[in-house]
Amino acid sequence: MKKITEQAHEAEEEYSGETPKKRKVVIPGEVIVSGEDFLPGDGARRVGNDVVAVRFGLAEEAGRMIKVIPITGAFVPRRNNVVIGRVTDITFHGWLIDIDSAAAGFLPVEESPRFINKSEMDQFLDIGDVVAAKVWSVKAKGIDLAMRGKGLGKLEGGFIFRVIPNRVPRIIGREGSMINLIKEKTGCDITVGQNGWIWIGGDLDAGIKARRSIEFIAEKVYVDGLTEKMEEWFSKN
Amino acid sequence: MVQQELDNMAKEHKRPDGRKNAEMRKMSAKVGVIPNADGSAMFSFGDTVAIAAVYGPRQLHPQHMQNPATGILRVNYDLLSFSVSDRKKPGHSRRSQEISKVTEQALLPVLDLKEFKNTVVDVQIYILQADSGTRTAGINAASMALADAGIPMRDLVCSVAVGKQDKELIVDLTKEEEDFEEGEGATDFAVAKVANSDEYTLLQLDGKIQPEVVKEVLKLANDSCKEIYEFQKKTLKESIEK
Amino acid sequence: MSSMTTSKLTIETLKKMFSENKRFDGRKLLEHRDISVKLDISNKAEGSAGIKIGKTEVVVGVKLSIGEPYPDSPDKGNLTVSADLLPLASPRFEMGPPDFPGIELPRLVDRAIRESHMIDLEKLVIKKGEKVWTVYIDIYPINDDGNLIDAATLGALIALKNAMVPELDKDDKIDYEKKSTKKLPLHKDIAPISFSFFKLGNSIILDPTREEEEACEARITFGISMWKDQYMINSCQKNGEIPFTEAEISKIMDTISKKFEDFNEKLKKFL
Repeated sequence: MKKITEQAHEAEEEYSGETPKKRKVVIPGEVIVSGEDFLPGDGARRVGNDVVAVRFGLAEEAGRMIKVIPITGAFVPRRNNVVIGRVTDITFHGWLIDIDSAAAGFLPVEESPRFINKSEMDQFLDIGDVVAAKVWSVKAKGIDLAMRGKGLGKLEGGFIFRVIPNRVPRIIGREGSMINLIKEKTGCDITVGQNGWIWIGGDLDAGIKARRSIEFIAEKVYVDGLTEKMEEWFSKN
Repeated sequence: MVQQELDNMAKEHKRPDGRKNAEMRKMSAKVGVIPNADGSAMFSFGDTVAIAAVYGPRQLHPQHMQNPATGILRVNYDLLSFSVSDRKKPGHSRRSQEISKVTEQALLPVLDLKEFKNTVVDVQIYILQADSGTRTAGINAASMALADAGIPMRDLVCSVAVGKQDKELIVDLTKEEEDFEEGEGATDFAVAKVANSDEYTLLQLDGKIQPEVVKEVLKLANDSCKEIYEFQKKTLKESIEK
Repeated sequence: MSSMTTSKLTIETLKKMFSENKRFDGRKLLEHRDISVKLDISNKAEGSAGIKIGKTEVVVGVKLSIGEPYPDSPDKGNLTVSADLLPLASPRFEMGPPDFPGIELPRLVDRAIRESHMIDLEKLVIKKGEKVWTVYIDIYPINDDGNLIDAATLGALIALKNAMVPELDKDDKIDYEKKSTKKLPLHKDIAPISFSFFKLGNSIILDPTREEEEACEARITFGISMWKDQYMINSCQKNGEIPFTEAEISKIMDTISKKFEDFNEKLKKFL
């Protein structure tokens, strides 16, 4: 499980949330800073002397680089993202997986951990099954998934639910600190997908509590001292 | 001094609701009003209330409608049946189809959907209560909803109706003002522009207006849109400052 | 927003949870979410209301127009209930002609209201056999997080209770400039409420979230109101492929009157 959170963390923006890094909310068209020295990064562009936001989000100054971190918006799959999805169809070559993104996910039959006969495909993964997979490549036609690795594969038992994808880094926390806190306090198995879908397994009551704690965190956009707030939450709930 | 003020007051055009010529109705707005949507907003000018929801980028079916070079924008605008005095029968009218299309063209220039190939961004706009300026309120709501949905946009789009009553140039007409018939009658010029640029993305005229006066009303539109942008900005920021 | 419906594994977990009287938001099985009411959604409607049950939001408007009576009821006004499941409210709703939920919903609201005889249709005649008022109830979901039928019926009820009849001019045409002085003729002691009971496994719940509603296998909706000081069920519809047992229906009957009473208390000021 530790490996998953680290992997999930790879795709995370440097969104530690704990270190105040000169962040302010900006809207499209708003001037973030003025000056030739600054470089527009993701979510920003240069207009004359100004660096202007092209997304609604948090503007961050990292040295001379200005970027805007989105706080809402569609999940954009990147290589190595862990995602949770559901099998929607079985074709000759693999399984179509709905990963709740604009592009469909596809798991090639070669990705199954052991050799599978074409006629046995539904015995391995059937329509409606929920899986944890990794994004292998992003193409115009769709997202290719891989399922080799610890913690990936068909998910059994438990339940899945969704949070806004941009809140996932906050739920994972710096180096997995937040998600580990939740696992510790509840004793649940938890797999967090970068696409906003989260699987919780284990004891039912603990699972319900874990979900509520995650939804509590997901509601907040940026709050300093979230770890302390969560310790407090767990002591009260 | 008093006499001059009195003279000025006598000259100043009186609008039915007491507003000055260049004064818009009171604006009200809120973001995130529809939890299911990827982005949403409500926007009102006085008694005209619009609500907008954005879903997307999401998969587009049927496949033949997909564009492999870019995501597409799809706008649907309509009135709720009880938003107007004479109940509007359910179903698309020609008017709502036209407004849907011009609204789409008003919003598209600021969006960058190239990274969302083969997908669609759906914008749904509904008018809950209509007192003229419905398409302008709709565009203002949709603009905020698109930002709320995290769609890459180089700027917001702001929209207002400018016009005149006989010879008086006014901003943000009510229905009562639209029905004015004396002299040159009422002219309603609905416009939308890219907030921080001089680009106009919507221009629709109802009535008559002299060419030189067009330039003047566009100046009024510009000033109003600046105010609208500040208001949209405030609303968007308030939605996340918790 | 996700287009993914509630998945099998979550449904299995919900089944277990319901059998242990648990729900994700901590409610009891027959407990409703918080309800809030807003009047006058549109000042152009003769009456209107916005209902929020949890995150579900529905707006309902009442409009009156003049028309001809139906041939078999020349001395009564008309009632028409319609609904449009706006794509605004859910990634599930699409543009175009309604599918079954979009057809069923207004019909259920219609029956709950009509069969309660809350609206005094006989008082809506302008000229017998020729001119009557037609009452239009139009329902629009704004956000679907489950239990739309009950939310819509509640919205219709409150919009009607607060509706006024438009003034006519000397030619018997509606004059919208004149302020209405007459309330819509209603029997003041009748207020129909709809309760939709949903079933999953052997558990029965009320007021599901959309996640719960998609997991449920069957639904039975009852419209209940007062008639001469007695509780009366005046509409009923079962939906879904799984049957309800006699014991389950009995249990529902045992709880429904109390639920109705509680609702009336909570919503007194709007009725």
